[in-house]
Amino acid sequence: MVALYQVMAIYHFGRRGVCLYGGGYVEQERKTKNWKLKMLEQVVFYIFGAVLVTSAGMVVTVRNPVHAALFLVLAFFCSAAIWLLLQAEFLAIVLVLVYVGAVMVLFLFVVMMLNINLAPLREGFAGFLPVGLFVAALMLTAMGLIVSSDHVLPGLPPAAAQPPIDAANTELLGKTLFTEYLYPFEIAGAILLVAIIAAISLTMRKPAAQRTPKPEKQVVVKRDTRVRLVNMESASPPEKGDSGGLSQRSQGGKQGDNSD
Amino acid sequence: MFEYLFDAIRDGILAPVVAMVAPAGYESYTLYTLETLVKILAILIPLLLSVLYLTYAERRIIGLIQCRIGPNRVGFFGRRVWGLGQPIADAVKLLFKEIIIPTGANKRLFIIAPLLSVAPSLAAWAVVPFDDTLVLADINAGLLYILALTSLAVYGVIIAGWASNSKYAFLGAMRSAAQIVAYEIAMGFALVCVLIAAGSLNLGEIISSQSGSILHWFWLPLLPIFLVYFISGVAETNRAPFDVAEGESEIVAGFHVEYGGMAFSIFFMAEYANMILISVLTAVLFCGGWLSPFQGLPLIGAIPYISEPSILWLLIKTSVFLFLFLWFRATFPRYRYDQIMRLGWKVFLPITIVWIVVIAGMVVARVPPWFS
Repeated sequence: MVALYQVMAIYHFGRRGVCLYGGGYVEQERKTKNWKLKMLEQVVFYIFGAVLVTSAGMVVTVRNPVHAALFLVLAFFCSAAIWLLLQAEFLAIVLVLVYVGAVMVLFLFVVMMLNINLAPLREGFAGFLPVGLFVAALMLTAMGLIVSSDHVLPGLPPAAAQPPIDAANTELLGKTLFTEYLYPFEIAGAILLVAIIAAISLTMRKPAAQRTPKPEKQVVVKRDTRVRLVNMESASPPEKGDSGGLSQRSQGGKQGDNSD
Repeated sequence: MFEYLFDAIRDGILAPVVAMVAPAGYESYTLYTLETLVKILAILIPLLLSVLYLTYAERRIIGLIQCRIGPNRVGFFGRRVWGLGQPIADAVKLLFKEIIIPTGANKRLFIIAPLLSVAPSLAAWAVVPFDDTLVLADINAGLLYILALTSLAVYGVIIAGWASNSKYAFLGAMRSAAQIVAYEIAMGFALVCVLIAAGSLNLGEIISSQSGSILHWFWLPLLPIFLVYFISGVAETNRAPFDVAEGESEIVAGFHVEYGGMAFSIFFMAEYANMILISVLTAVLFCGGWLSPFQGLPLIGAIPYISEPSILWLLIKTSVFLFLFLWFRATFPRYRYDQIMRLGWKVFLPITIVWIVVIAGMVVARVPPWFS
């Protein structure tokens, strides 16, 4: 659903020559661009859009959960490519970095480890179908309304009012985020931190008698703390007449023999 | 020098061909596409040759370190040239071996996995600047692009481990996934430090902001980060002493135990291409990239060529870091898994977070000579 929304919205903005920038949607000067290049861009867009929608559909229809997770990765990747077409390079790269590179790796990790049996999960499918269809219809209507209207988001100035900006997308996004939207940004960060702490404290249950090795103690171990070399008289003292150096050696040799 | 070469290729070879075959009106786009393709080949062919001979260098250098001889037999035309023909013989052997797909394996994913492993390690080279002007894609978010692509490399390993339907392969994949995620975070924070110090995400600008002398390079103000980044790079490429994903003595060969022939050698190629990439990036981010180490010195700095920036300096620095990779492998025993996790999460991550604050303070205070 979200993938479909993305494609629709992006297609809409892309058609109007609008591109995604830090502060909002800014009209971009595209008239100078050759129509052939625009056509190539559209071909690329349709390819990625088709793959995105197909893979998003596969996520919910394939039987194997590992395949579903991999299709989700493909969907993320395609939407990142479509964002790149809109010159939102920061968002595209961060989508790949965070979702594909980190979140989905952990998802796969868990899905592969758990060996989920999908049959019980599919049992209630028919029962939930009306609810699902209702939500889908609701979202589709909302999408249609948003995409067909000219007001993208309430509160934003109309696209044409803002002058086109030449500076780098990443830089602009950073500046806006840390000046205009500083409080929402910090609050979002705090909420995420709370969520992390809550998740850890909910799931971490220490067994009563934990017997795990402590690597931080192990790596600082020196030979002296574990082994003590003791000089001791050998059982039969060396024959008299040996040279001093040799007798030292034989003592060492005796110790080795004992350990054997 | 290289620009003239590319211009000559474009004007002399590509343009006449394009004029003949391209449909009317599309000449400039066809030419641009072909030109980019030539540039990609100009990066990839030397890269793959380096991968080929890095395997030879590894065997010879580790042989020397361990008082062995190493491969010295295979040569050319009946002559042993220090065994320089060895990697080519190995490549030919691997080409002709059969690729065996285990019966229980997931065939498609089994085939895709090596490709997923090698593609990011080659694609990341698009933004690496070899020279002041010699870069394929001079994009503003180059550092982010590199970080995003290096984070994708883990998919090849995970999918290979899962699709093989083998316990050893699966264990290797699980180890690798946890390890790469752990070190990725430290690596990302290390790159944030570089970003704060340079004030740019563009790799070319990061190098330019280090110019001055060897003391102006970022290894000095970012010394702990420099070490963290390189060690994380070693961990990220699954090299010794962090090679638990392969762990010959414990899990046979880890994630690629079921692979043979070219499918195996593509994994191999990806690992070595990643090693070269990490070495180049360390040179670019912390050691001034193409800048000369003799720049700004009183006597040597006056000699032409020696003090001037050039691609040769980048290659020399990269080779030094590659040598470190080989040296580590010959020297250190393999880390135990829980010790690797501890190093990543409990040592590197706090160091990088503390140093982000330190470097931000230095930048704000305009500490000379780096940030004045």
